[in-house]
Amino acid sequence: MFRRLPEIVQRVVTITVDGQRVAAQEGDSVAAALLAAGLTPTRLTPVSGAPRAPYCMMGVCFECIVTIDGVANRQGCLVPVREAMQVTTIAGRRELAI
Amino acid sequence: MRLDSLRDTFDVAIVGAGSAGLAAAAVTAGAGLATLVVDENAGPGGQIYRAVTTSPVKRRDILGEDYWAGERLVADAVRSGAAMLDATTVWSLDRDLAIGLSRDGSARMITARRVIIATGAQERPFPIPGWTLPGVMTAGGVQTMLKASGLVPAGETVIAGTGPLLWLLASQLVRAGVAIAAILDTTPRAAYLKAAPHAAGFVLSPLFAKGLALRREVAAKVRVIAGVTEIRAAGFGKLASVTYAAGGRQETLPVDNLLLHQGVVPNVNLAMAAGCQHRWDARQLCFVPVLDADGLSSVPGIAIAGDGAGIAGAWAAEERGRLAGVAAVRALAPQASAPDGQAIRQRLARHEAARGFLETLFQPPRQFRVPPSDDTIVCRCEEVTAGTVREAARLGCEGPNQLKAFTRCGMGPCQGRLCGLTVTEIIAETRGLSPEVVGSYRLRPPVKPISLGELARMPASAAAVKAVVR
Repeated sequence: MFRRLPEIVQRVVTITVDGQRVAAQEGDSVAAALLAAGLTPTRLTPVSGAPRAPYCMMGVCFECIVTIDGVANRQGCLVPVREAMQVTTIAGRRELAI
Repeated sequence: MRLDSLRDTFDVAIVGAGSAGLAAAAVTAGAGLATLVVDENAGPGGQIYRAVTTSPVKRRDILGEDYWAGERLVADAVRSGAAMLDATTVWSLDRDLAIGLSRDGSARMITARRVIIATGAQERPFPIPGWTLPGVMTAGGVQTMLKASGLVPAGETVIAGTGPLLWLLASQLVRAGVAIAAILDTTPRAAYLKAAPHAAGFVLSPLFAKGLALRREVAAKVRVIAGVTEIRAAGFGKLASVTYAAGGRQETLPVDNLLLHQGVVPNVNLAMAAGCQHRWDARQLCFVPVLDADGLSSVPGIAIAGDGAGIAGAWAAEERGRLAGVAAVRALAPQASAPDGQAIRQRLARHEAARGFLETLFQPPRQFRVPPSDDTIVCRCEEVTAGTVREAARLGCEGPNQLKAFTRCGMGPCQGRLCGLTVTEIIAETRGLSPEVVGSYRLRPPVKPISLGELARMPASAAAVKAVVR
């Protein structure tokens, strides 16, 4: 759970997360925007389906990986939010349609 | 700046725009060498000065004067004329000093006559039961959110662990008006006695007065529980409580955020993948590169500066960056002017003199490095537990690399960054060997993920195309 300090006034950037519109602020990373909006867990692991959320916020732990504008497994903590960005979270193991 | 508008070769390529990288760039570009600084974050500053040019936190007392000192470092590097490439990942570096870059979905190679790796530090793994639950984060991660976005923890918040950064973050949160329910201090009481012989070097450092003031400021507002020997996080799907033991007493606290920290360790992935020799540091309890007095590694032309060369803090990182910069100027443009190396070495020695005390006092206790409980997850990516690693070691697994084949430990997306040290220490303990002998994961490029599409679209020379296309 996070809150914005009252003094913070940045431009609002609207992104879409799993089809839902989310208001972030300019300068937020995707991972920070997800945490600020309370959208945790941000992924379910491919191994056991366990819920996870961003952990290190500095490009090391890969817990924040999401699909951004169609590119899978991006580190959300390293990508700044952009207007109309499409973010999809990872829900466990990928299924192959045969 | 776009990747395709970049020149093919630079005199000096610096990986990381933190204290060391920025200071090195100001020296080499200032001496007229064509210098490139690459950083994977959105702006310069590294972790200590994260978002220093863009932070929305305008009340300067919250982050403190030491943070804002980073503005000068960035300004000096920019003024020097170094090319600054942000949001760019270095995914490869080899012995020929060829550097693989990736930015915004496209990749390319460049070369440099000299490379300075200034990739800094990461927080040491803190494997306790429940550390993978949403709601558990590193203290450094929360500090990043404060610096870059003005976000602070809401709800019941507990900070646990040891080390200077823990107290710095706590003081910043207190100043920002955040209520911290408790600090679970894992510094063993005996550590104060052990550290005492090193006190002389520390008392003379400005860190001494700063550190005391921080602790006093925090302790006035927050319940500090000393001598914590056990921590467990629990919850169903997300963090709900933390249970600790201290002095034979147990208590469970309801909690929304648990911030963990037990020091930082060098970020070695790129340097190891480039083939730079590393050794186990028995006091810092991590692998550090083998370097000469100018910061040059075992690979000719590759220097390592800053905390990536062994943890010594932001001020020392800055001086190490300058030294690596001066050495590059001496090697590539001996007639150019560069700062006085002797003066830099003297300042560096003063900063390093404080380390003996800090490293001894804040050495994380064994039970928080080598999880006593078999159920504790060690490898977060592949969900491998301490018990599984111990069992593999008992069955004869000789080291971290064989362990991968046995268990997939260290083979997930983070490539061992969050389990490498834990695995080395568990195997060392189980087999009765030293961590140096057990060794580390063998790291190879790409050290950060790159898509096949990016690789396939990389600009290739006519000769390279001819070699594979009929």
